[in-house]
Amino acid sequence: MITADLTKPARRAHMPGMGMRGAIAGVMAVLGSALAGGCISVTAPNEPIVIELNINIKQEVIYRLADDVRQNIEANPDIF
Amino acid sequence: MITSHRTFAKALLGGLVLAGLALSAPALAQRDPAYDAARRAGQVGEKMDGYLGVVGDQPASVRTLVSDINIRRRANYAERAQAAQPPATLQEYAFTQGCILIARLEDGLKYQAPDGTWQTKAGAAQRDPRCP
Repeated sequence: MITADLTKPARRAHMPGMGMRGAIAGVMAVLGSALAGGCISVTAPNEPIVIELNINIKQEVIYRLADDVRQNIEANPDIF
Repeated sequence: MITSHRTFAKALLGGLVLAGLALSAPALAQRDPAYDAARRAGQVGEKMDGYLGVVGDQPASVRTLVSDINIRRRANYAERAQAAQPPATLQEYAFTQGCILIARLEDGLKYQAPDGTWQTKAGAAQRDPRCP
């Protein structure tokens, strides 16, 4: 009876404490992986930025300049 | 009779002037012999952006030649882009020039394909879909 009285409250006091620490560790791990996952997704948009520079030149503008560019070749044959 | 003689003289003079112009025009069209040789040797090629590129590893003389021509091209593009109505950007003008230069390039000469690789012109070139 004395031993049971001493060990039971001890276990009760001990177990919830471990559970809390475990839960905190678990939350930290989830947060950590979520943050790491977030970092990886940030690096992804680096590639399309380079392509964007060429996309900015519109076909409409190219067609408008085409005649001028052809005349330029005739006018400056030494640089082409 | 005198008047017909005069008109004949005028026609003759006009013909000589025209012949003189026709002869002087090709003299203007000449590109630098070193540049022409580098083009034919495949050491330099036309890039998509309207500038000249060095194909692979080339001696310093070729690299200098390319850099000199590109400086002159850039100045020319900037001037013409500004003069266009409405004005275009340097990049827009240069890119359009690249489209036309690659299209007009003689067979056997080098050009840059849209994937960035150097190609030898043989018939229709691989060009950007926006090219006219």
